[in-house]
Amino acid sequence: MFYSPVTKNYFQNREFSFTLKDDIYVRYQSFSTQNELEKEMQKMNPYKIDIGAVYSHRPSQHNTVKSGTFQALEKELVFDIDMTDYDDVRSCCSAADICSKCWTLMTIAIRILDRALREDFGFQHLLWVYSGRRGVHCWVCDEAARKLSVAARSAVAEYLSLVKGGEETVKKVVLSDPIHPFISQSLSVVEHYFLQYAIVGQELLSSKEGVDKVLNLLPEDVRKDLLLHYQSEKNPTKRWERLKTLVHQKRATSKKGGQYFDKEIMLQYCYPRLDVNVSKGVNHLLKSPFSVHPKTGRISVPIDLRNLDKFDPFEVPTISLICEELDKPRPDEEEEDDTKDKENEIEAGERRKIRDFKRTSLAKYIKLFDQFLDSVARSRKGDMLKKSDLQKDF
Amino acid sequence: MQFSGRRRKLAVHSQNDLYSHCLQLYVQPPLENISLSEFETFAVERLKLLKTVENLGVSYVKTTEQYTKKLHASFTKSQVGPSEYEKRRKDHISHFILRLAYCQTEDLRRWFIQQEMDLFRHRFNDLSSKYKTEFLHKNNLKYDTLSADEKMNLKDQLINSTFGFSGITIVEQDFYKVPFQDALDLIRTRKVFLRGGYAYIPHQDIVTIVLNDFRTRLSKALALTARSLPAVQSDERLQPLLNHLSHAYVGQDYSIQKNIGKISLEQIDPLSAKSFPLCMRQLHKSLRENHHLRHGGRMQYGLFLKGIGLTLEQALQFWRSEFIRGKVDADKFDKAYAYSIRHMFGKEGKRTDYTPYSCMKVILSNPPSQGDYHGCPFRHSDPELLKQKLQSYKLSPSGIVQVGLHTHTLKHNWSLAHRIKAFLHYMDFSGGFKLSSVLEYQQLEDITNPVTWP
Repeated sequence: MFYSPVTKNYFQNREFSFTLKDDIYVRYQSFSTQNELEKEMQKMNPYKIDIGAVYSHRPSQHNTVKSGTFQALEKELVFDIDMTDYDDVRSCCSAADICSKCWTLMTIAIRILDRALREDFGFQHLLWVYSGRRGVHCWVCDEAARKLSVAARSAVAEYLSLVKGGEETVKKVVLSDPIHPFISQSLSVVEHYFLQYAIVGQELLSSKEGVDKVLNLLPEDVRKDLLLHYQSEKNPTKRWERLKTLVHQKRATSKKGGQYFDKEIMLQYCYPRLDVNVSKGVNHLLKSPFSVHPKTGRISVPIDLRNLDKFDPFEVPTISLICEELDKPRPDEEEEDDTKDKENEIEAGERRKIRDFKRTSLAKYIKLFDQFLDSVARSRKGDMLKKSDLQKDF
Repeated sequence: MQFSGRRRKLAVHSQNDLYSHCLQLYVQPPLENISLSEFETFAVERLKLLKTVENLGVSYVKTTEQYTKKLHASFTKSQVGPSEYEKRRKDHISHFILRLAYCQTEDLRRWFIQQEMDLFRHRFNDLSSKYKTEFLHKNNLKYDTLSADEKMNLKDQLINSTFGFSGITIVEQDFYKVPFQDALDLIRTRKVFLRGGYAYIPHQDIVTIVLNDFRTRLSKALALTARSLPAVQSDERLQPLLNHLSHAYVGQDYSIQKNIGKISLEQIDPLSAKSFPLCMRQLHKSLRENHHLRHGGRMQYGLFLKGIGLTLEQALQFWRSEFIRGKVDADKFDKAYAYSIRHMFGKEGKRTDYTPYSCMKVILSNPPSQGDYHGCPFRHSDPELLKQKLQSYKLSPSGIVQVGLHTHTLKHNWSLAHRIKAFLHYMDFSGGFKLSSVLEYQQLEDITNPVTWP
């Protein structure tokens, strides 16, 4: 991405990587112009296109640079939320499968992380993108974000992490007093969705298996009490109410602090699980927005946060759909313009390309992206004006 | 010595300027001449102190009183000098000498920075409030403080995010607005309130900010020093001493493969039950069961296998044959996974022959998450599950007690030393090796690399 015409060689020093047929992976691709990138993509037909950092030199020439001097200078701060990381807490699907029921986890993740990145960290330019199969990515494009060190990225990712532990850990969330405002705010988001998503949709307390898993996260005395109670009470919503009541009682009567078992359960089942290593790495490459997912054919489109609850991953256009739409004959009025532009063929080609996209289902997503770019550009203008005011350049 | 009278006067004048505070950030290098023997003595004594700092840091949790007391005692003992000025001068000079010795490799730099930071943290915390503020002003750490109104508006958030604060103390103490990039340690652990990219830090926690500044400066300085090192090393008087200093801290060097070819693929299964540390046994088991391991697991286990003597060819065969049993076909393995195995052996990329992870690294970095099997079971596993696992491996009940699994504070309060002791008991009981023979030859800190055990 170009951020400004001022920074020299930004595009030329950006690393791309292609995954070609037969899983051949080529890194350190770089291009002098957008055109060159396009031509190379048409030539090599990559299955996957990833975007990396902006380096100190052209990535394609990194071998010619003295070792140690070839370094990543800037990279967007990114987050990758993958549904497989929730396999231990979703009952509807597993592995690469997703459905409308578990998609709520992504909605929750986006709400929590978007708020935190904007309000707590002060970032403004966030692009949320559907990965094409089973998750979402976030690209934080503020200048401050792009310049963050590895340590800073790792600190941001850890601030945002609440679910800790691998296969061998049963209780993955532990809260203690006082509860940090970040956690309280994240909890309100989770609480908003919990009943419908977890108790009803995921049937957390409906089956014996589900109940056992949840009860495993509670202390012995509460567990025993609930098991007894559940012998007669079969309604999952009422079961959850009972659980909460017991936990609150225990907290009220206990001398120890921090007995937030009900909140811990909600967080363990719903709180976003992000891969810290993806966010930490300054050399890390992430799937490009608008690229095609090789396994599903779906296009990696931006997500409209104003209509987040309505986003449906199964409605996202696939490459075959786009091809179909592009193959449809063009309406008459455009043919007139074409004849006029015969002299200026290159421009005509460009205009046709843009018109073409507007005919497809990608139109609204491209619009979203354009709006995002506009706000980044406006912000840059604002910053530059501020700077020149300070320097008194008129 | 004719001018000694005048020189003494000059010395007094510069004393006041140069070392006006007992603590410094080591910005300016010393500009005087010193004798070779002073050079050596200063350096060696500081190194001894830093080694003590390291040992204490591994044996005690750094926030405990025990740690602070012991560190204080060691530090005070090391401060010998005829005057306060002399002590500060020695502190100044010895730090810079050690920079020369510890700037050359990534590992040396990391070690040096860690110990210097721990030492600095202790000394700063020891200062009275007045001297803390004086230090901040002298070192240009100018952050805005919150006005009384701002504090009142944020009172609840501040109380809930900052440990040890009530409504009253919020009013009394100053809160600084620090850009979050300058307060990473506090942000990472959510110990302060964060809004709009600013961390709201109480005066008492300002040491973390100072430490960050310290680390950044030292890191940059060491990189610069490394570049001018050739000029220093060409001085024959200094070179042997500097070499000796930088080798003093390192334990055994696991980077050179000493055991190449001493192990066959068939031996791995029986050895995993008999002689592997628990973490590697766990990784091996899950690899056999799932025919797959994620990246963290492949790195930890792969490097371990290299350390105990697997050759590159053996490693490729080992991983390939296991992965093929799973969802990966031979072709995909060769394309996607073989590269990274060769990379581990230094045959790809920047050709670094990577060393197996030490216990410290396994315990402290890259914690496992859902789907991972790497890490240290004594640190990352649920105590109940760990107990069950050890029982299934036929560790006797008394053995399990010795490992310390009856205490439920273990998850949060275990220091590195505890974990190593627990693990040693596991190894002893599983018949891996004889505890006594190991302790005969090595100090606890040397048994920090799982490779030593089989």
